[in-house]
Amino acid sequence: MLIHLRDRSAARENEVTPETIYRSRRQFMAGVAALGLAAGVPRSVWASSEYPNVTSADAPAWFDDRVADTHWQAITPENPELDKVAPFRDATHYNNFYEFGSDKSDPAEHAGQLVTEPWSIKVDGEAGKPGQYSVPELLSSDRLEERIYRLRCVEAWSMVIPWLGVPLADVIKRLEPTGNAKYVRFETLERPAQMPGQRSRFGLIDWPYQEGLRLDEAMNPLAFLAVGMYGRVLPNQNGAPIRLVVPWKYGFKSIKSIVRISLVEDQPETSWHQLAPNEYGFYANVNPSVDHPRWSQATERRLPNSLFHPNVIDTRMFNGYGEQVAYLYRDMDLGKYY
Amino acid sequence: MIRVWRVAVFLAALAPLLWWSWHVAMAAAGPEPGRYLLLNLGQGGLILLLLTLSLTPLTRLTRWKGFSVIRRQLGLWTCSYGVLHLSCYLLFILGLDWSALGADLSRRPYIIVGALALIILITLAITSNRFAMKRLGRRWKSLHRFVYVALALVLLHFLWIVRADLTQWSGYALAGGALMLLRLPPAARALSRLGRRISTPRKGSGHLES
Repeated sequence: MLIHLRDRSAARENEVTPETIYRSRRQFMAGVAALGLAAGVPRSVWASSEYPNVTSADAPAWFDDRVADTHWQAITPENPELDKVAPFRDATHYNNFYEFGSDKSDPAEHAGQLVTEPWSIKVDGEAGKPGQYSVPELLSSDRLEERIYRLRCVEAWSMVIPWLGVPLADVIKRLEPTGNAKYVRFETLERPAQMPGQRSRFGLIDWPYQEGLRLDEAMNPLAFLAVGMYGRVLPNQNGAPIRLVVPWKYGFKSIKSIVRISLVEDQPETSWHQLAPNEYGFYANVNPSVDHPRWSQATERRLPNSLFHPNVIDTRMFNGYGEQVAYLYRDMDLGKYY
Repeated sequence: MIRVWRVAVFLAALAPLLWWSWHVAMAAAGPEPGRYLLLNLGQGGLILLLLTLSLTPLTRLTRWKGFSVIRRQLGLWTCSYGVLHLSCYLLFILGLDWSALGADLSRRPYIIVGALALIILITLAITSNRFAMKRLGRRWKSLHRFVYVALALVLLHFLWIVRADLTQWSGYALAGGALMLLRLPPAARALSRLGRRISTPRKGSGHLES
């Protein structure tokens, strides 16, 4: 067992949080209280004190309300030594979000322009409850969970990131899929005025960015909708205000800044597949034995690394989450359905 | 004067290496410093190659000797950047896993193309001395025309790495294409004529009188 999946009702916070972190939070709270500032400090700020150098941000009121009741470390890596959480700065300044440019530093540089409030998510297709939802409406009153997942990029680097959010399955259940619903299709915002990558004349992606999952994949307990990371609200470059996290698939499946969720009958087209079908399949399961045509997927570079420690490690099938997800692909040839 | 010019070009070509090393040393190169060096060296090598190839047209146009004086130096710098780029790939991307290198070289066209380009550049660097010029005689010139093959291969190598936005690549390809066109005999002749006209304006020509 590589990760612990606990029933939400089974764990209390002081049982799952390592004692040192638990204590340091108490100390911090005590310090804040002693200074008489407790009332004025947003709760998301003290939550982020578990991770060093996290920059605080103005979060919407619903987020601050929800984060106080978070089920911290609901899922953690079994081997915290190997799967060390990446520094906040790396996770927020080294990522892909082609809407803001194709360089790793572009998202952090340009995503500040994006206006994420108000935000509306359209639900349509084979759903019993279609309509326009705000983010808190979509999450309903679910308790937020923190999940520390490995993120494996198709470009052969990986990071470990603590997300805050709710299981995707809970949200989909509330949308009441009809018997015809076989897939879930997601769409990212298209707003060229605030997204310079969408204005590029030589860009090859047909906006808006779209992704999809089979319904049973979406209902797997590991599939996650994140609204925060590192104990705080999601930074824009990481997919604010709401994004998908599918830890057993390559990172590009984890679509960011979602504006539309459709329950559909047929397998949806996905952006990277549209662009280069021989390189990016619909499933995109992390699979060390199926190479990307341009590079091997047998190993990955766990970040941050250094010149003296390139930190090249073996990639595991399903990114190490096989025990939880392998059943979904029992009868499939994963060399063909990559 | 020419000597100062040579030293200045040497320092200018060395400066990016120091700048990137400084970034890496100060932990300002991001979470993957090896890849940072790899990409910068690759791109820097391409820019140096384009600069090297622009020297002959520039000499024709301006008739200033300084441009041809630094041609060999810039060519050697280009090759050095290429070799450092390769070292970064071996050290930081493959982690010195030689079997992975074998797999890449047998399966991945962009790696093969990059390796061919580098082999050409190294061959040209090795033959960039008087002894080799003498030994090769007339063949030296035809050998060194392969630099254009290297440019085409480098651009192809770069194109195959692009994932979804061709903006940057298009800029380099446009510059590379223009430089190749300028070496075609008719274009080269026209450039030389233009250079003569600019540097020795004839007496009594319209723009001097008006």
